[in-house]
This record gives sequence, structure tokens and C-alpha cells, in this order.
Amino acid sequence: MTKFQLITKGLIKENPTFVLLLGMCPTLATTTSAINGMSMGLATLFVLVLSNMAISAIANVIPDKVRIPAYIVVIATFVTLLQFVMQAYTPAIYETLGIFIPLIVVNCIVLGRAEAFANKNSVVDSACDGLGIGLGFTLSLTILGLIREILGSGSAFGFKFLPGDGILCFVLAPGAFMVLGYLIVLFHKVTAKKNK
Amino acid sequence: MEYVIIIISAIFVNNILLAQFLGCCPFLGVSNKLSTAVGMSGAVCFVITLSTLVTYLLQYYVLDPLGIGFLQTIAFILVIAALVQMVEIVLKKVSPALYQALGIFLPLITTNCAVLGVALIVVTKEFTFGGEPHMLNLVESVVYAFATSVGFGLAMVLFAGLREQLALNKVPESFKGIPIALVTASILAMAFMGFSGLV
Repeated sequence: MTKFQLITKGLIKENPTFVLLLGMCPTLATTTSAINGMSMGLATLFVLVLSNMAISAIANVIPDKVRIPAYIVVIATFVTLLQFVMQAYTPAIYETLGIFIPLIVVNCIVLGRAEAFANKNSVVDSACDGLGIGLGFTLSLTILGLIREILGSGSAFGFKFLPGDGILCFVLAPGAFMVLGYLIVLFHKVTAKKNK
Repeated sequence: MEYVIIIISAIFVNNILLAQFLGCCPFLGVSNKLSTAVGMSGAVCFVITLSTLVTYLLQYYVLDPLGIGFLQTIAFILVIAALVQMVEIVLKKVSPALYQALGIFLPLITTNCAVLGVALIVVTKEFTFGGEPHMLNLVESVVYAFATSVGFGLAMVLFAGLREQLALNKVPESFKGIPIALVTASILAMAFMGFSGLV
């Protein structure tokens, strides 16, 4: 696979949210608005690229038996780094996303890529893979956040274009489950048609 | 009185799955059958309560005095991973029946974000009782953790029951599997919203 394919496959063919169905907790919890969804996606992208590179670089020296704890420690280190960066430069977003930033550690996407790709591919390829999957995650979180924001508060990216309060339910928990469910159906319909 | 508020709030009002979205992977992954849902809930209940106790002590008696609170995330996940491993070994020896029943769910719990989530909530979030915000103390934390995991179990069992019924119905082709489960979860979450005025 070329580097370009590695990056683009995460967007549609192996989209982590709509196809692989990984990382559901941040997907559902942080997409109350498009901006929040996008920030969460980018935060995960940051950790994903760095941890993929680090793990692919040290994969050979980690004994096979303790590889999962070792991966988790590497990922946790980068998450702590991310927490510092966000506290310093984007404190408002850090406050909004709250507990879901440290919870990137247990996001199955990150550990999944380490186990499925990074530990048997080169550093550059792993970085591309992390970038692709991260971008796919960011894209789907932004779409989900955008739809919930439009329906729930009548605005898009914080720009209000509909009068009134919107349907509050879509900002709250039920809306998250429902919009994601229908989006997956739509995604399957579209990709199934394309494959025919 | 405070304990009653903590318990009701953790089980119904701020249900960890349906209101806070922690632990969604097992919620969608192992809720096909009622029996597996019960097994998973039991294992989670055990680990959440135990890990919250340990991480609480770790935060206030090790990390804070040494001024290395920023290592929280790394320290907590290591504690949880080690704890799960230990629970596995102990259970295998002490109660092989329970170990058999929990089976694959035990190692999976390490990456269940509900466990790390509760451990972090307990030491970072301020709770309000009677208008006065305060941090949870040790006993309250453990009660909160236990109640939260009961809430997890309740939502899991309800959802698994719904999905078992769903399997008998005709579902449109593209809705099969996860999508219809998500729509069902949405309706369940709506029902739980009815509790929001309770506390």
C-alpha cells in the first residue's frame, strides 16, 4: 500500500466510527456540537500519530507477553503530554471535553492500531496509518457533532442560523445514540451501492 | 441522607451508560445475550469498586504529597491493569466457578473506560449536596463507585433484554446489528431522562 492509500483508507473504507465501530464513548459523549466533536477528533489524532510512531519504533524490544501493558504506558504518556498542551493553549476546550481527554488512554482505536498495524510496520507507515485513522475519526465526529448541533441548538460551528432553542433532546444522550445509529445506516447504504 | 442521594443519582439520574457514555464498548458489544450481560456487569461491579478504593488512596496519599498529580492518568491505568490481573489470579484460585462464569470479560475490563472514568471522576469532580460543593471522601467514593456499577449493570441487563426481544423481530436489512441497537439505546436513554428531576 502506498502512503497515500494508508492515509485515505481511514476516511471511508476503514472508517473507525462507521465501519469498525471503535471508540464509541468519546464519539457519543463529546459530539454535542461540531466544534467539540472536531476537537476530540484532533486530540485523538495527535495521540494516535505519536503513539503509533513510538510503538512501531520500539516494537522489537518489547517482550511479546507484556506488550499490551507496555503499549498502554506509551499511550498514557502521550495523553499526559496532550493534557499539558491543551491546558496551556486551549484551556476552554480542555474544560469542555473534561474527563474524555484522559480517557483517550482506553480508547480502543489507539490500542487497536498499535496492535493491528504499528507493531509490524515501519515508523513512517505507522505515522501515515495513524494520520489516516485519526482523520477518519475527526471527520465522523465532526459530522455527528454538526448534525446534533443543527438539530439540537439550531447552529453550526457555533454560528446560529435558526431562531429558537432547537430540539434539546438531540444535544442530550438520546440524540447521540439516535443520530449515530441513523448515520451508520446511511453510511452502509451509500457504500453498499458504490460496491455494487 | 447523603449516601441515598449519591446512590440514586449514580444509578438513575446520571446513569454511567445512558447519561455519561462511559463503558459504551461492552454496552454495545456484549449485550446480545442476557447471561453475558449479567456476567459482564458482575465483573465490572467488582473491579470498579476495588479500583476506585485503590486509586483514591493512591491519589491522596501518594501522588498529592509528592506533588506528581499530573501522573494521574498513567498511574491509574497501571493500577487498574495490575488490579484486573490480580483479581483474575485470585479468583482462579479462590472461586473457580465465578472465574469460569466471568471468563473473557475480566481481561477486557482493563480497557473499559467506565473503570478509569469513575476513578478519575471521584478525584476530580465536585459533587453538590444541599447547595454545598465538596469532594467525595473515601467512604462516599466507594459508595459512589459501587452505585455507579449497579447503574451500569441495570442498563446492561435492561438493554440485553430488549435486544433479545429485538432478535425475534424483522429488522430492515441495513438496520441489522449495531444501528438498530443504537436506536433502541436512544429510546432507553429517553426513558432514563425521566429520572432527571429526582435528585
